[in-house]
Amino acid sequence: MKGFGILKGLGVTLKHLVDTYVEDIKAGRDRYYTEDGVRQRMTSDTKGIFTINYPEERLPLAEAFRYVPFLVYDEGEDGERSIRCTACGICSKVCPSQCIWIERAEDPETSKPLKTPAEFAIDIDLCMNCGFCAEYCPFDAIKMDHDFELAVYDRIDVNIHRKERLLKPASYYASIRPESYALEQKAKAEVAARKAARRGNR
Amino acid sequence: MNDQTTVMNKNYQKILERFPHDVQVDEREGYSGLLIEANQLLSIMETLRDEYEYDFLTSVTGVDYLPDEKMEVVYHLFKSTGGSILEVKVQVPRSNPVVPSLVGLYPGASFQEREAWDLLGIRFEGHPNLTRILMWEGFAGHPLRKDWIETFFEGDVKPYEDRWPEGKVSKVETTNPYGKNITYPDGFNPETWIPDSEDLLFQGSTVVKVEQEETGIETEQLVVNLGPQHPSTHGVFRMVATLEGETVLDLEPVMGYLHRNHEKIGERNTFSMNMPYTDRLDYFCSMSNNFGYALTVEKLLGEKYQPPERAQYIRVIMAELTRILNHFMAIGFFLNDLGAYFTPALYAIKERELILDIFEAVAGSRMMCNYYRFGGVVRDLPGGIEEQIRKLVYDRLPRQTDEMDRYLVENEIVIGRSQDVGILTPEQAIAFSAVGPVLRASGVPYDIRRADPYSIYDRFDFDVAVRYHGDVYDRFLIRFDEIRQSIRILQQAIDDLPEGEILANKPAYKFRIPKGESYGRVEGPKGELGYYVVSDGTDNPWRYHVRAPSFINLTGLREMCLGEKVADLVAILGSIDIVLGEVDR
Repeated sequence: MKGFGILKGLGVTLKHLVDTYVEDIKAGRDRYYTEDGVRQRMTSDTKGIFTINYPEERLPLAEAFRYVPFLVYDEGEDGERSIRCTACGICSKVCPSQCIWIERAEDPETSKPLKTPAEFAIDIDLCMNCGFCAEYCPFDAIKMDHDFELAVYDRIDVNIHRKERLLKPASYYASIRPESYALEQKAKAEVAARKAARRGNR
Repeated sequence: MNDQTTVMNKNYQKILERFPHDVQVDEREGYSGLLIEANQLLSIMETLRDEYEYDFLTSVTGVDYLPDEKMEVVYHLFKSTGGSILEVKVQVPRSNPVVPSLVGLYPGASFQEREAWDLLGIRFEGHPNLTRILMWEGFAGHPLRKDWIETFFEGDVKPYEDRWPEGKVSKVETTNPYGKNITYPDGFNPETWIPDSEDLLFQGSTVVKVEQEETGIETEQLVVNLGPQHPSTHGVFRMVATLEGETVLDLEPVMGYLHRNHEKIGERNTFSMNMPYTDRLDYFCSMSNNFGYALTVEKLLGEKYQPPERAQYIRVIMAELTRILNHFMAIGFFLNDLGAYFTPALYAIKERELILDIFEAVAGSRMMCNYYRFGGVVRDLPGGIEEQIRKLVYDRLPRQTDEMDRYLVENEIVIGRSQDVGILTPEQAIAFSAVGPVLRASGVPYDIRRADPYSIYDRFDFDVAVRYHGDVYDRFLIRFDEIRQSIRILQQAIDDLPEGEILANKPAYKFRIPKGESYGRVEGPKGELGYYVVSDGTDNPWRYHVRAPSFINLTGLREMCLGEKVADLVAILGSIDIVLGEVDR
């Protein structure tokens, strides 16, 4: 029968429409603007339309999610910052878009190079968020961020992130990537224990 | 491996005996294939096509060997019945690079020869329309030549020296002022320039009066530009159609609006830096793009860098998920092109979102995945993802595919618009080097996963989807078939997924890539995605070429459109499923 195919198709759209409302009524107020509601709408059992109403609602970000990089510093007990970066330059060498500039600090008296950056700049207009810098950093000093809301009015000045802007505490890193942080801490503890044992043997 | 080599040598032997003076085996270190004298190319290629069944010329490209003062044209030949590669090369002096055109034998070479002329300045004698295809006429020089240097130049290869240890940041705009960053060819004035071949087209719609020979009646031909700004072209792509009434008499695809010279960028990068750049070719299918590039470089790196079992399975899972999401998008947007405004497209996007959630958790990004590495993948699947994939491939995706099927396939309007429209016969499809769903919808059961298996595809049980009419409707249906086959592969892969390592070597950003060349190809969602990489033993590739399926599938577009109505053009283009990031590179 001519027209049957169209009717069948219209049946599918009707089902989608009904599904959405049935789900809404069933879940009541819990479906929207709640964390559980968002999570439910992300599973494969979800029915009907599952739009997330950004910015009122947000998708929970996966731990692996990566956006522009930041530098990690450890906080000492007296609030002193110790920057993990040693200015070795690996991140600026692996960067595909060459958006990282590092100026190595010098000892003011002997003018020997120090293991810390005097200046560290990332042009985030160039950054393609590939994550290579974080991947290959041997000191866990540069990591990819979760903060993706970086729209600005003046990109020329603001979109070059310099050292002060890039530095974030290790506790922040631990809060966005708890699993990787735990793994890294474990590995560090093992290395430290091995060193201590070797010293003890001697 | 050995069997293949002996078969290969036998083939070589026959060809060598046949043409003792004009054919040599390429014996450079790391190279393979045959070197042919330019003046004998046509006759030898005709013999290869007609007697040795190498009827499928997938890739044509050039390499600039500046130190040897030579230009080389590389042809990658396959049999449309399956099997491994036959590489044919022609070397010509760099000062006067002229090679006979193969368009008469393999019409599929047409766009690729134009591209080689455009980017490398190799002239193909006998090509009916040897004009620039990606760059514009006001461009000076041939950018892929090794001695061509752009106006804004930081260095031959990355990493650039001013980044460390005394890095002083500066914005690109300050060193590259607008208006001063361009050079024109001698005697070229952009203000007065009117393109001679296209002067009709730039005036918009133009009427040409033609007197019909038989009847003496005067009719009017109309030239219509569809695009570059047109929602149906999926980006900035232009079709110049000559119409008589509503019938298409001639059609010329115009592209290059999104050209960024991906290959020049790739030759400046180190090998590993290219991985995130491949994401940006076909931005729906970054996982497949990564896959092809990783395979190609692993061929150069050798046995030591073969990925471990778990990585192989993860790679296949990600590539097949990509195929499913791409085909959902293709179906949805094809319906958009037919005029079903966005409801089917959004149903398709819904399923895509669920797959992208997985990519985000696994790779860290929804579209620009950058997930594959030489010798494996970058990180293991996070906890819970396996379960999520299992639910998708066993439950949701089969169900939603059936629902899409119910929703669209029997729809009389879809059938009316697409059946018997834009037909490509099997012979034409092979001749035009069409690949992927376009080729298989024309009745040629050629799928690289079967014809020349790579990775671990020989372990899975699946059918090669094939349809026989070659019209728009079949190209639409075959995407459903392929989704179903991908789901079958995924179900097997997720069940067999072993535990273990995910990287063959220690994570490294620098590789010692041996000298040589390598052509790797995967069956991407849009067809054969090939990479041709030449290494000269340094950190950066000497040549990096992408054989883009969307680009080469457009070669047959004119043939599909001739004699059709103007309203069908959009449907035909939609059924090929192009992505401009890949067409223009």
